[in-house]
Parts: sequence; structure tokens; C-alpha cells
Amino acid sequence: MTTETLARPNPTPDPERSLRGATPPPGRTSDRVFQVVTLAAGLLVLVVLALIVVATASQARAWFNAEGLSSIFSSNWDPAHHHFGAFGLLYGTLLVSFIALLFAVPTSVGIALFVTEVAPRRVRRPIVYTIDLLAAVPSVVFGLWALAELIAPLSHIYQSVSSATSGVPLLGTLFANPSGSGEAFMTAGIVVAIMITPIVTAITREVFVTCPASQKEAALALGATRWEMIRGAVFPHGRSGVVSAVMIGFGRAVGETIAVALIIGSSPRLTANIFGTGDTMASIIANEFGDASGTWRSALIGLGLVLLVLTVIIGIIARTVLARADRRLGIVAR
Amino acid sequence: MDTIPMSDTSHRTATVGSVLTRPPAEPDVAERTPLPDPAERDIVFELAGVEVRYSGVTAIEDVNLKVAAREITAFIGPSGCGKTTVLRTLNRLHDITAGAQVRGTITYHGEDLYGPRVDVAEVRRRIGMVFQKPNPFPKSIHDNVAYGPRINGRKRGEIGDLVEEALRKAALFDEVKDKLKQSALGLSGGQQQRLCIARALAVEPDVILMDEPCSALDPIATARIEDLMQELKANYTLVIVTHNMQQAARASDRTAFFTAEIDDAGRRVGRLIEFDDTEQLFTQPSDSRTEGYITGRFG
Amino acid sequence: MSVVTAPAGGALLRSRPGAKGRKARNHAATALIVVAVLVALIPLVAVIGFVISRGGSVFGWQFLTQDIPVLDRDIGGGMLPAIVGTLIITGGAAAMAVPLGVLGAIYLNEYGQRRRLARVIRFLSEVMTGVPSIVMGLFIYVVWVLHFKNETAFAGSLALACLMLPIVIRTSEEILRLVPHELREGSYALGSRKVRTIRTVVLPHAAPGIVSGVLLAVARAAGETAPLLFTIGFVTSTNTSLFHGPTTALSYQIFHNATSPFVGAQDRAYGAALTLILLVFLFTALARLVTTIYTRRTSASSGA
Repeated sequence: MTTETLARPNPTPDPERSLRGATPPPGRTSDRVFQVVTLAAGLLVLVVLALIVVATASQARAWFNAEGLSSIFSSNWDPAHHHFGAFGLLYGTLLVSFIALLFAVPTSVGIALFVTEVAPRRVRRPIVYTIDLLAAVPSVVFGLWALAELIAPLSHIYQSVSSATSGVPLLGTLFANPSGSGEAFMTAGIVVAIMITPIVTAITREVFVTCPASQKEAALALGATRWEMIRGAVFPHGRSGVVSAVMIGFGRAVGETIAVALIIGSSPRLTANIFGTGDTMASIIANEFGDASGTWRSALIGLGLVLLVLTVIIGIIARTVLARADRRLGIVAR
Repeated sequence: MDTIPMSDTSHRTATVGSVLTRPPAEPDVAERTPLPDPAERDIVFELAGVEVRYSGVTAIEDVNLKVAAREITAFIGPSGCGKTTVLRTLNRLHDITAGAQVRGTITYHGEDLYGPRVDVAEVRRRIGMVFQKPNPFPKSIHDNVAYGPRINGRKRGEIGDLVEEALRKAALFDEVKDKLKQSALGLSGGQQQRLCIARALAVEPDVILMDEPCSALDPIATARIEDLMQELKANYTLVIVTHNMQQAARASDRTAFFTAEIDDAGRRVGRLIEFDDTEQLFTQPSDSRTEGYITGRFG
Repeated sequence: MSVVTAPAGGALLRSRPGAKGRKARNHAATALIVVAVLVALIPLVAVIGFVISRGGSVFGWQFLTQDIPVLDRDIGGGMLPAIVGTLIITGGAAAMAVPLGVLGAIYLNEYGQRRRLARVIRFLSEVMTGVPSIVMGLFIYVVWVLHFKNETAFAGSLALACLMLPIVIRTSEEILRLVPHELREGSYALGSRKVRTIRTVVLPHAAPGIVSGVLLAVARAAGETAPLLFTIGFVTSTNTSLFHGPTTALSYQIFHNATSPFVGAQDRAYGAALTLILLVFLFTALARLVTTIYTRRTSASSGA
């Protein structure tokens, strides 16, 4: 391609007038037009984001007007009796995300360390590709798999853990009333953990990779074992990167819809029983939207707005932390 | 350990002894104290037929030299001659480089450095290293120095004292004593390098390897590091790689000159050309290649 | 403890008494790290194995070419309408999001660079990659479906395009940033204008990377269900039109049939899952292939 440009003869410049642009290269106007077109495409992101907020907010108004602030923040979601309190759903969303992070973050950090510090160089890329394959599996397929293969064995585990811990303070409550089917907060949390592991791994890995060899050698030269080197050099270097990876994973977990909708048991409630059924904002939209109308529908769109605001806030925090980390590491590198 | 004399007692004894046996007014005493014969010194490292390969390609071969205790041994030579490669065999840092292979024998106080029962972590604790670019951890000044003692299981109560002592030995304490909790990255380059020296000293090594420790520093910071090396010599064995021949001439007791040459098979391989007392090597080099290098640079 | 060491008995370099614990911790940590990899591989293997074993029994030529039975309880039938739907919807989304996304990336990297507006766009497109897909579905439902009172493949395409746009922008910009500056300068030095330089030098050089990024975005979009739930409607026979009438998609069919009590519907869900996974993995593998060829080519040319 470049050769084409190189081969094309330039208009021979007239020595006296060339700098005045009497025979300028063609396309001054098209240059301008193109710039405006690209700018418009870039601005589209802002327009779409703004439109999402405006559109969902306008539809959610009815919910707001009908319910009022206090009942929106109640935990009573009961479409049959026209109660649309969102708190139980917000709680469910956060609980599932929390469980997911609890499983996904240590796993992801472990994989990232394996790929950057432990594995022989040759197997690193295949492992990265394999983990990325996990990200390619559609959410609905995970849901289908969990429904067919995961919930039954999990329900047995829930039952036995529950009976083993009954009476124990705190744990007893946490594990009480396991769902018979295996559809539960915990099940959703586990599956969401699987789904967010690739992204958390990818970001963590990128940060760990940038840990300078000089830092690692400094630790090893002091007689550190590999693990001590990781703790002394890699972790401090990657700390804020891991924080932002966790935040981005959190954002993904909050928005995870379809798999959760299939396996959480669809019962919006505020409960400490993590082995019991529940619901999240995203999953209830997926499950109920088709049947909803009026205030109900408006409430579901309102939940979408809450979800949007929540993920945008999480995203802003994550990106800010990451940008700050980049800047800090940039200074170190220079 | 607590009160290390800042001068070399054995050396002093030797001098005193010679003063007693010799007539007091020797007319042509050299300005520099003559080096004792290596045999009088403890030998810290002995390299015999050392060869390093990267992914099967030989970078340097047939290195034979002895490093004596409480001296400064300098490795000099043009870029790519393998001097840093040799240095890194001494604390087994090549172990972490994929594809790197060390052959020949290296002993440390008579013990095989690459022997089967050797603990690499212990090797590196005993044989500290300071790198070309200051590489403090992105932690506080205190935590940088405390890192080594901590991983070596020193008790919480001891750490503060150890940190102070190491910083004092590295001639940095007075400059940083009021900001031990601040990030090490806020220090100047020269201070960072002295911090790295303090960090290495804090694990109580007996050898310190320095890989072009001043190449990233300005002349004033360089002078401070060189002064520090002279102080450290009293208690530690120092091996420095340097690009700067004046530095080797100024600061070291013995010098090894390496260069890389194309051999008959067309391979570019580093070799040790000459190893001698620094003064001897710089004034009367026995090999023409050494002479060419030092005069070429000085000229 | 003494710094000055005598060459005692040749055991200086053995582990010190305290080192046992440190080594044990090192080994334990290494073991945990390996376990983490295995833990992540288990669900991957399980899901793929599940989809192949369950879906494989219904998958076949018939399954790919027949209509969906009107009644869920019927056994047999195929997924042709859903396959066609998925391809049309995803294709429509890519047709919108890819050009716009690449243009946006060109703005960010070639014109905007460090300007405030460009930084805002860059930041918000990063944030937008984290907006849940169900929100995109709701958005298109509100501004399109509700407004025009119809569910079409195009509405689904719009929702997926919203999802893809920020991804395409971000990955394309990353690729454009890798184009060496000397190439641009070489073109400018010949008197080319910016637009010409971008078209003839920058884009050709970045094309493989952009194609790879786009394929990954397409793969992700093709597997999405949530944006389609309220936008595309439902049919059991093939609708090849982008703009007219409702349609269906593989992901939608899986979701719809997953909770069905009927064996026939469940089987179709498994078969659809296998089809979808194959489709998604095909795009992913293509993306990897492009990347591999590209890196091999560039590393070969730089090595020469």
C-alpha cells in the first residue's frame, strides 16, 4: 500500500509558487469533511450515552411518580399487588456480584501470576487464549449448562452445608433455607464468577506484565523466593491495576443478565440466606419484561436506569484508578 | 556485627608488620599501598573455565579468575563483551533468565556455587547486587530497606535498627532520616542508588556485586558512590562492572579486562583478556588488546 | 551473623534454619497459582463438553435447515430461522458499528489525540463498554420499538450496535496507536493530505489488527441475548428481512427453551447452544488467525 503512495509522482512543484500553494495537493476540502465525519462518529458515543439516560429516565418517571421515593427503596417487589420496591433487587445484584468477585478475583490473580511469572514462556500464550475462550462462551450457554448440570449437585452441597452449620451463629443464618432446586444467590454468584474471570484476568495480567524486570531482579537479588518476589515487587507494582480490574469485574457482574435469570430462582427478596433463591435487577428485567405493562414496565425500565448509573459509576472509578496507575507507572518507567 | 570497624584490621596489621620488619624510611614507597599477594587474602570467588550460553549461543567462555576478599574487583571492557554476564553468574541471577546456561565451575569460599544442595535464595542473600539503574521498590524508603530483613524472618523489633544501620552504612541516613515513610521514588537518582545499596546491605551479605552502578548518575552522585565503595571495602568484597575506565582505575584494586572477538568459527564470543592489579593493568598492560582499549579511551 | 566469613566446612550456601518455612510458602503459593488455572479450566471444559455431548445428538443437517416447530412440545425440527436471524442481526449491527467505530477511533487517534474532547470521548467509550447489554436492549425498546410499534431484526441490530460501538472504538484506537509515526511522516513528506495518509498508509497498516478486534466484537455480539429480548419479537419460520417483521435468534431460542418442561424444546436449546458456540468460536478463531498471520508478517519484515 505504501509503495503505491511512494510510486505516485508528486505534482512537480513550481519553485517560485509551491509554498504559496498554487498547486496544492488535492483534497483540502475532503480533508475537512473527513475530519468532521470522524468527529461526528466519536461524538456518537456521547450522544448514545446521553440518549440512554434520557430515554430510560423518561420511561421510568411513571414508576417514580406512582411509587415515590420511599417505596422505591423498600424491598417489596410484588407486581400482582402493584408494589415495585427495588431495594431487594439492588441487594441481590450486589450480593451476587460480591460472591462472584470472591471466587473470581483470587482465581484471576492466580492465573495472571501463572501466565506472567510461573509458566514456561512457550505455554503462556496458549493459556491466555484458552482463558479468553471462556469469555467467548455466551452468557446464555453458561446459563443453560448451569441449569442442566450444575444446580442439581450444588443443591446437595447446599443441603449438607446447611444442616452441618444449622445452629451455628452467623453461618447458620447465612446457609439456612437452601433452595431445593439449587437455584440460588450462590449458584448465580459462581456462574457469574466464571464469566468475569477472563476480563479480570486480562487486566490483571496486563498490569503484572509491566512490572519491570529490574524490580523483580532486585527482589531476587536480595534472596527472595519467587513468592516473596511476587509479594515484594509484582503486587506493589500492580496494586492499583488489580483494584481497577476488580472494579471492572464488578461492573460486569452487576450487569450479568441471562445466565443469572436462568439460575437464581426469580424471587426478589432481602435475605441473608445465600443458598436461597433470589433475584437481581438485570435478571428480573429479563424475566418479567415480556409480561409487564404500565407501572410494572416503567419500574423495570427504571431498574435498567439504576443499573446503568451503577455500572457507569463503577466504570468511572475503575478507569480513573487505572489511569492513575498508568500515570504512576509511566513516571517510574521514565 | 554491632560494631564493625570501618577500616580493614587485617590489612592494617599487615602494614604495621611490614613497617616493623622493614627499615622505616624506604625511599621509593609507592603512593598506593601495594596490594598483598592474592594468596594472602581469602579467595571469595574462583572461576574456572566459566562459559555462559543464551539459548545455546555462547556469550562468553573460558573465564578464569579469583576474587579476593575485601577488595574491589572491577570488570571492564567494551559493550557486549560479557562482563555483566559474568557478574550475574556470581549470584546465580541467570537462573531466572530463560535459556541461559552456566558451565564451568564457580566456587564461593571453596564451595561450589552451583552445587546440588545450594539454596539459591541463600546465595543471593550472601551475595548482594546493585543494578545499573536504581531500582527501588515503589514503597517507602523504610520498607525498601526492610524488605530483605523481613523476608529473612527478622523480628519486627529488630527491623528499625537494621534499617538505620544499613542506611548509615550506605551514607544515606542523614539525608532521609526525617522521611523514612515517604516513597523511595521521590529520591534523586544518586540517593535511590545508595538506597539500593542500603537495601542490599540490610540482608548482611559479604559480597556486593555492582553492575555499572553509576552509569545513570551525574558526576557528583557518582563521586559519592565511589567514596562509599571505598568505605564498604573494609567489610565487604565488591565486584563492580563499569563502563568507565577512570572509575575502574580510581576505585578498584584489581581489574579484569574483557572483550568480545570473532573466533575461527565466526562466533562472537566474550573472553577475559587480562586480570591483574589495577595499577599494573592500567600502567603496564601485558596484552596489546588491553593497551589498545585503555589508551584508545584515554587518548 | 558475622559479616567476615571464614571458609568454614563448605556449608555456607545451604539453606538457613529459617528457610524451610519460606520455601514451603513458596511451594504452596506456586501450587495455589497452578490450582487457579485448573479451576478456571474446569468450567470451560465442562461447558464445551456439555454442549457437544447434549447438542451433538440433535445437531445435524436437518437441525441447521429446518424451521422451528410451532409448538414447544414437538420433538425434532431445526433452528434455521434462528441461525438466519442471528447472522442478519449481527451483520446489521456490524454494518453500523464497525464503520462508525473505526471512524471514531480515527478521530481519537489522528485528530483528537490529547485534546479535552477526545479524552472525554475516550473515557466515556471505555465506560460505555461496561454498560450492561440489557440496558442497551431497554434503550432500543424505548426509542425504537415503542416508537415504531414493531419488533424487527433491525431493532436488535441497533441494540447490538450500541454494544459493539465502544468496543470497536477502543480496540481500533489501540491498533491505530501502534502504527509507526514514521509511516505517517513518510506520507506527509510526499505531500499527501491527512485524509489520504490515513486512507493509504495508516488504515492499510492497521487493517489486520482492526479486523481482528472487529471479529472479536462480532463474536461477543453474536452470543448476546439480553439486547434481543424485547427488540426482535418471535417467529418460528425464517425471516430474511432486516427491516420487516419479527425474527428470532439462536441465543433467544436457547433462553426461551432452556426452562421449557418439554424434552423437544430442551434438545433444541442444546442444539442451538452448540450452533451458537461453533459460530462464536469460529469468529474468535478467525480473529486469532488474523492476529497470528499479522504478527508473523510484521515480525518477519522487521527481522529482515
